[in-house]
Amino acid sequence: MSVQSQVAPTSIGMSRLHDGRRLLRAVLPALSLALIILAIWALNPRAISYFGLTLMLSLAVPVALATVGQMMVMAVNDLDLSIGSFVGLVGCVTATWLRDEPLIGVLILVGLVLAYMLVGAMIHLRNLPSIVVTLGMFFVWQGLAILVLPKPGGHAPDWLHGLMAVKTPLVPFPIVAALVIGIVAYVGLMRTSYGVILRGAGGNPVAVSRAGWSLLRGKMIMFGLAGFCGVLAGMALIGLTTSADANLANGYTLLSIAGVILGGGEFVGGRVSPIGAVIGALTLTLAGSLLNFMHISPDWQVAGQGAILIVVLAARTLINRAGVSA
Amino acid sequence: MTGSRIKLLAQPLFSQPWLWSFVGAVSVWIAAITYTGGYGAGGMVSATIALAAFSAIVGIAQMFVVTLGPGNVDLSLPANIGLASAVAMKVMGGDDSMIAAGLAAAIASGVGIGLANYLLIRLLRIPPIIATLSASFVIQSIGISYGRGLQVKPPPGFAAATSDQVGGISLLAIAAVAFSVLIGLLLHRTAFGRSVAAIGQNARAARLAGLPVERVRLMTYALSGALGGLCGALLAGYFRGSSLDIGNEYLLTSIAVVVIGGTSVAGGKANVTGVWGASLFLVMLLTMLNTFGVSAGVRLLVTGLVIIAVIVAAGGPRNTR
Repeated sequence: MSVQSQVAPTSIGMSRLHDGRRLLRAVLPALSLALIILAIWALNPRAISYFGLTLMLSLAVPVALATVGQMMVMAVNDLDLSIGSFVGLVGCVTATWLRDEPLIGVLILVGLVLAYMLVGAMIHLRNLPSIVVTLGMFFVWQGLAILVLPKPGGHAPDWLHGLMAVKTPLVPFPIVAALVIGIVAYVGLMRTSYGVILRGAGGNPVAVSRAGWSLLRGKMIMFGLAGFCGVLAGMALIGLTTSADANLANGYTLLSIAGVILGGGEFVGGRVSPIGAVIGALTLTLAGSLLNFMHISPDWQVAGQGAILIVVLAARTLINRAGVSA
Repeated sequence: MTGSRIKLLAQPLFSQPWLWSFVGAVSVWIAAITYTGGYGAGGMVSATIALAAFSAIVGIAQMFVVTLGPGNVDLSLPANIGLASAVAMKVMGGDDSMIAAGLAAAIASGVGIGLANYLLIRLLRIPPIIATLSASFVIQSIGISYGRGLQVKPPPGFAAATSDQVGGISLLAIAAVAFSVLIGLLLHRTAFGRSVAAIGQNARAARLAGLPVERVRLMTYALSGALGGLCGALLAGYFRGSSLDIGNEYLLTSIAVVVIGGTSVAGGKANVTGVWGASLFLVMLLTMLNTFGVSAGVRLLVTGLVIIAVIVAAGGPRNTR
């Protein structure tokens, strides 16, 4: 197989086939989302309405933000296992300090983003496996969250609750928010020249560093952006739930990785897709509702997310393999 | 091969990475008994050894997978342990005569999960992290559905066997040490163990040298699953009942003891002694924090920071490319 893929597609027919495969790969995330929406519509047409979608997608905003954060880290060939408890910690700070002492609250959140940059710097400077470091950080954030808020409680700041409950005309707020998140991340990472350098730091670090760009700075920026997205995710989550709990978002680690992969991202090589990641997050959020409409017991909700991940990956493998054997 | 063994023997004892985890465990113990004024020193050691046996078994499972090379990791171990604990308790049904059957069922459930992991990796060509992650989603659901309302107590004989002590040392830990010696032999003296290390060092070279790479991968994931299943059954006996989240803490623990114990994260270099040292160190650390009476938050915070500190101090593999 490796021999075949080394043969350059010379004829026009081959390259057209190659383009078709790329296109198919690119639309795969959107296709899976469309399939899920279609299935929900078939089971319960009334669910696909302004209010139905607002309800089903309300949690998609924090999930999409966490997924985009995860994507920043994956773009530089690392994995962030700590984002779940980080979002939980931000939630606890938001529901306590940010409401009672906004200035201190903001300072804490800025400090948390800086801590994320520090983790990125440490991973780069000591050449550490990000899985182990961020797994350790998972416990650090969780410990801090319990110290900030020992028992579930706290209150969302009123402005935040109001912001998350906003009613946009025609299109439900979660969809508008997801669009904005996706477009901002897309323009920043895929359409600016520094975005190319940042992705290059994951794709070919040696080339980027020989061209005179600092890999350390690239990694710190990407981890910092991940932390920033995590902060936004935590605040959005608290705006929706109105009270916090240290373990509220632990599941976000797995959900965000799954979202990036569903959206067409790869583990190595700086191959990520911001729009895809947001679509992946929406797909995973809607999958829960679909299983509900199918009267599948909540016991199997997690399995449903796992199964969707497996099916999409299988489809991607099939597309790749079809291209290779042709 | 002979050359490398001579070099290994010639290395001074202090450059052995596993030594430091034992030194760490003893230092933490001394700190803890200094705090209590010597009170409970022996009890602390026996409690630590008993709990460290579980971390060591799961750690050894993870060690084999990690040694297969970069990207290989088994994230399905916690879900596997949870499901196996339920399977074991249900098959045993509180009856002493069914202990062997229950253990066999738990191990079989683990092997099944290992095979499923491997099939996902092989057929879908996805990184093991994502394969074992998606598998663990599915396993969790199977566990929830299977273990619904299940509160089966372990058979009295099994519960006793998992917590009995000889001279302050738990029987289970003695068995686990004996088992680890066998694992050490498997790793260093058999074709299978050598193949795992060879694949981890350079999968392409191993394949070109004619090693059955895929079969070894399959067996490694199956072995990891089997050890996870075994650990689930034993935990259910020790804690007097199964629970789906009984294995949750072993995600961090299994990876941490592998890394702290001197097994290379880049693969190709495993260390069973180090897994034990690191398990004793981590459990002793928790025992010490409990002795100090700190809150759950501080305990989590310190555990996380210590793990990060250890691997920052040890440093990663130097990139020679």
